[in-house]
Amino acid sequence: MKYLDEYRDPELARKLFDEIDRITTRPWVMMEVCGGQTHSIIRNGIDKLLTDKIELVHGPGCPVCVTPLDTIDKALAIAARDDVVFCSFGDMLRVPGSTQDLFQVKGEGGDVRVVYSPLDAVNIAKDNPDKQVVFFGIGFETTAPANAMSVYQAKQLGLTNFSMLVSHVLVPPAIRAVLNSPVNRVQAFLAAGHVCSVMGFSEYVPIVEEYEVPIVVTGFEPLDILEGIRRTVAQLEAGEAKAENAYTRAVNFEGNKPAQKLIADVFETTDRNWRGIGLIPESGWELSGRYADYDAAKRFEVADIDTQEPEICRSGEVLQGLIKPNECEAFGKECTPRKPLGATMVSAEGACAAYYTYGRFIEIEGVSA
Amino acid sequence: MTSDDTPDGATIDGWSCPAPLRDQPNIVMGHGGGGKLSAELIQHLFLPAFNNEHLEDLGDAAVVELPAGRIAMSTDSFVIRPRVFPGGDIGELAINGTVNDVAMTGATPLYVSVAMILEEGMPIDELAAITQSMAKAADQAGVQLVTGDTKVVDRGHGDGVYVNTTGLGIIRDGIDIRPQNVGPGDVILVNGTIGDHGMAIMSVREGLEFETTIESDTAALNHLVAALLDAAIDVRALRDPTRGGLAATLNEFAEAAQVGVVVEELRLPVKREVASACEMLGMDPFYVANEGKVVVVVPAEQADKALEVMQAHELGTDATRIGEIVANHPGVVVAKTAIGATRVVDTQVGEQLPRIC
Repeated sequence: MKYLDEYRDPELARKLFDEIDRITTRPWVMMEVCGGQTHSIIRNGIDKLLTDKIELVHGPGCPVCVTPLDTIDKALAIAARDDVVFCSFGDMLRVPGSTQDLFQVKGEGGDVRVVYSPLDAVNIAKDNPDKQVVFFGIGFETTAPANAMSVYQAKQLGLTNFSMLVSHVLVPPAIRAVLNSPVNRVQAFLAAGHVCSVMGFSEYVPIVEEYEVPIVVTGFEPLDILEGIRRTVAQLEAGEAKAENAYTRAVNFEGNKPAQKLIADVFETTDRNWRGIGLIPESGWELSGRYADYDAAKRFEVADIDTQEPEICRSGEVLQGLIKPNECEAFGKECTPRKPLGATMVSAEGACAAYYTYGRFIEIEGVSA
Repeated sequence: MTSDDTPDGATIDGWSCPAPLRDQPNIVMGHGGGGKLSAELIQHLFLPAFNNEHLEDLGDAAVVELPAGRIAMSTDSFVIRPRVFPGGDIGELAINGTVNDVAMTGATPLYVSVAMILEEGMPIDELAAITQSMAKAADQAGVQLVTGDTKVVDRGHGDGVYVNTTGLGIIRDGIDIRPQNVGPGDVILVNGTIGDHGMAIMSVREGLEFETTIESDTAALNHLVAALLDAAIDVRALRDPTRGGLAATLNEFAEAAQVGVVVEELRLPVKREVASACEMLGMDPFYVANEGKVVVVVPAEQADKALEVMQAHELGTDATRIGEIVANHPGVVVAKTAIGATRVVDTQVGEQLPRIC
């Protein structure tokens, strides 16, 4: 498949593994920020073939995982209403709230629909004027342009029955939060390629200067990730700290300007609670004053939200890269994709789900690598 | 007998709903009431399509002759939405699905029953088209539809039509095909590309458009299975990887026989457009449903011959070897990844959910 197969070439992968091995003289710890990268690393077994000197720490870049529990509980309360059609990306449906998930709300009669684009939700609102249509607008900078466009369009169309429950999160503040942590071990970052295709990578320049850590914009296919690792090691070994782009086929320095303009119109920066991590200042987007009427949290007064996280879930530490998923006592026992305790066990981008799905709990006799 | 003919030779291609059903464009409650409307539906819609001697006397039960041998029987219900999709419809699927389940035991499928639950308001023209494609599928599979039932539910209580089919077949003497029989050293073959059906349904259901329309692979596999048995291939196990996809089937083998399964990811045949659609939606073809594929496990020394037989059949032109059975890691399916590492391929929980970004 064009643009994919060439980035999965076993020969080239072998060469990159060898080159990384050759240039690595001592141990390094680097974090891949995005859950999509974690998934690709575990699925392809990149970490198993990589030199032992390099430790990959899985970052907080899974939007499903970090959406705060009280927002999930609000979503559940809104979705259960008779007058509401609740639209969401598919992988939010199984994320556990305090007592339920969206699948259960659907099973109990809630009109919960999986959409592939927030614009589908706008169309549902157009076609169902007697219903309130709510879109669950979550994600990092990657999904923000489409989410912003849906609110923008709803306003242009004068739709009064469309609203969005927004819980957008941002990568640069999360990187800062990791670096500011007193227990931080991360020495470099593989930045999330898709986020950068929207935002560019100019916003990482102040971070590399302030913290003196290399940040390399990295894609998602095996060769992309290996090339990102290679460039990161090269910087670390040379004692450099630069913002560098290893994903040039999708990312430039400035990013997608029209998308950024739309985002700036529809959203504004806010403090955001990250599930499992806590409050990170100015780390999220909410609807701007111009679009406040489209805020589902305000439209539907969802009161009496009493959130409860399972005590044994250590997803917060997983999200901060402090432990590997299989180091959690509940991993694969009390907590499986069938009965997830934390969101990291749900999403395809969640590190716990990636470890579980690809069998990182089974010691396989007779299988090398 | 051509594929366009019913078993008794009546042409059903281009068949349309005859009088007096023409006056009644949609299904009404009375069509399931057992009265005149029910009788009209049977006389003018079902009988002309399914015509055979077993249906003629319209008794409460079909009376059929069976050759000697063990009987294989399977039942399945079909609730697919949309009812018509690229490459097939619910009628064709309902016949092929049950025929395939019977064939996976090595049996020759002979008879099929059909029960339909119709929703009030279902267009009779569409029901006729579905019935016609059932008749055609049965004809191609070489099975007879010998008994049936129709019920009607209130509007809003169904999805147009639900179909249940039950199939009956005979297993030749000396044939013992089941997952428990696979053993270390055996080779795993598949008759063609995986993930076609699931992605065809998803692309129409979600209005996703790709450069090429992805078509369902729905097909009756019994003739392909028969070709393998006729060639004296010592088939250990057969499975059609429907819901849960290839991953579910391979895990079934691993668990049933307590053996390990190793597949090579690069050898999995996946159509370009299916791979693209899966990439876009964050899905893994390993877990996507098929309706015209069969996973065949044979002893290593017969693998080449089995492949030859499969490739000579119209449903097996893309047949290929995807992996093997090993003694290590019993109960676990392992994939060799494109870059040469290994990973476990587990069965999935519930359905695959399209990812966010």
